[in-house]
Amino acid sequence: MPIEVNGKMFETDEEGYLANINDWEPGVATVMSKEDDLELTDEHWDIINFLREYYEEYQIAPAVRVLTKAVGKKMGKDKGNSKYLYGLFPYGPAKQACRYAGLPKPTGCV
Amino acid sequence: MAKVDFAVPELKEYPEIPALKMDAMAHSSPFKSKPEFQGPLGFPGELVENWQQQAIAKMGDLLGKYRSLRVYLDACVKCGACTDKCHYYLGTHDPKNMPVARQDLMRKVYRRYFTLAGRLFPQLVGAQDLTEDVLSDWYSYYHQCSQCRRCSVFCPYGIDTAEISMAAREIMDSIGVGQKYCNEIIAKVYRIGNNLGLPGPALIDTLEGLEEDVYDDTGVQVRYPIDKAGVDILLVTPSADFFAEPHVDGLIGYGKVFHEAGVSWTFSSYASEAANFGMFIGSYDNMRRLSQRIREAAIKLGVKRIVFGECGHAWRVAYNFLNTLAGPWDFLDPRYPVPQHICEFTHELIQQGKLNLDKSQNDDKVLTFHDSCNVARASRMGNYPGGQFDIPRAIIRATCNHFYDMDEETIRDRTFCCGGGGGLLTDDLMELRVKGALPRMEALNNVMREKGVTHMAAICAICKSQFTKVLPYYGMNMDQIVSVHQLVSNAIVLTPRDDDQDDDDDSDD
Repeated sequence: MPIEVNGKMFETDEEGYLANINDWEPGVATVMSKEDDLELTDEHWDIINFLREYYEEYQIAPAVRVLTKAVGKKMGKDKGNSKYLYGLFPYGPAKQACRYAGLPKPTGCV
Repeated sequence: MAKVDFAVPELKEYPEIPALKMDAMAHSSPFKSKPEFQGPLGFPGELVENWQQQAIAKMGDLLGKYRSLRVYLDACVKCGACTDKCHYYLGTHDPKNMPVARQDLMRKVYRRYFTLAGRLFPQLVGAQDLTEDVLSDWYSYYHQCSQCRRCSVFCPYGIDTAEISMAAREIMDSIGVGQKYCNEIIAKVYRIGNNLGLPGPALIDTLEGLEEDVYDDTGVQVRYPIDKAGVDILLVTPSADFFAEPHVDGLIGYGKVFHEAGVSWTFSSYASEAANFGMFIGSYDNMRRLSQRIREAAIKLGVKRIVFGECGHAWRVAYNFLNTLAGPWDFLDPRYPVPQHICEFTHELIQQGKLNLDKSQNDDKVLTFHDSCNVARASRMGNYPGGQFDIPRAIIRATCNHFYDMDEETIRDRTFCCGGGGGLLTDDLMELRVKGALPRMEALNNVMREKGVTHMAAICAICKSQFTKVLPYYGMNMDQIVSVHQLVSNAIVLTPRDDDQDDDDDSDD
């Protein structure tokens, strides 16, 4: 089902993940989060941007530990945990934040 | 938690056998696989033209290959012992989720094409053609079975619904009707090496991070090596252990145990997956191809032993079939079992008094243990029947001061599935997963109220992920589920080695 961002159509798969990661632009995250009744703050964007940078280098979303550690380093130790991340992305940083960032869905026993 | 568009069952003090609700879950059906996932597994990309003929031929092939399948389809006397034993029936109230009804979906087709009475008088013996409707029922309800085999414990004939549902999935795959979740994942293992699709560099980055974390926590340099040749042990663990919580806390524990044992060990980036979804889809060929990766890695790295991490169905495949799928293992050290479970490894060290454990480190928790179905009912640990029940509990008791079991009817060989096993741990089946978790959630809720239990430990990646997701639906917290080796990790008192200081210098470079 395609989504419309600033008048442009973006192809997504049946689970709402962007079909082509290279198509991504920030508006994609904004539109997707609106559908979830979530307003993206700077804190959300920090995570989304980190996910994209990590994916660029490793071709996979970061493991939860890698993500919480990076967040802790950047934003203070009290925020370097999954509770903070679930606070931002209630459906889980791996799945919800990855979707907003245009990354493929992490598969497997997770 | 996502928006809920179904009613979450209410937890009761005593289990209730629900009144039937016809077709309550007829709408539940996972996303279908796509040609790009089907191809690498050797299946047609989409529904083939003469699908009915091919499906019947495949069924005939399986009946010839697996004597058990024919016996299961012939033997049922409709006694009803299984009807209230399936967590999916108890949670969804749909009578087609009674094990006997699930079997009958295949049995009626079997009778039509493979028995004399069914060929001649189909109506008299409940035989039915394989129609489009029947196929659609198969796809829906054979993906509402987690292959946990609880029903088979109660069946007087030992009919194993799991095997029937595996056969059904294999027949469907053979005509191009695959399930996206399982088949995408298997294709990913072939391409990248694990279910998650973690490439080597990501694994290395993740493991280096863990070494830093453990050093920061303990002041001891515990190693998490990968692709290191010439070591004693190859550890094969579900890739969720690298990626998710609380899985990774268990993985940290494995490394600490090896550190204390003083053995050399390694992960493999090529065989970076213990899980074997080939079993979920009933495909011997894919199960074999997945297992062969472990053999290849073991040979390449020149290891002497193979140890499996906390993964339920992986242990079933490994314990039962590893030798036929990927043996002979004559190049490994014959003094050790092939393969060994990490719990067996840790338990032996505990018995020998080789681990210094400070139980008080887990005093913030009161534990219970969830027996994972594939470990409990399809395998064993240690050298006597029932070791798979005792060994994980012995580890928990050695690492925690407070432990209580849940109701006996819901543990050991009568354990209830977490609700997400057998290739159903996917978001498109969330309603089924939440409802199927009901019996386990009830037993947990009761032991929480009666004994003050705060946490439930498990030794299966699927169970851990499933509970993380469904506990909040029942008003509990996602972090109430923990890894058994997470408890070991918390309690273990590490022995510093001479090189700790040097290693610290290295890592600061």
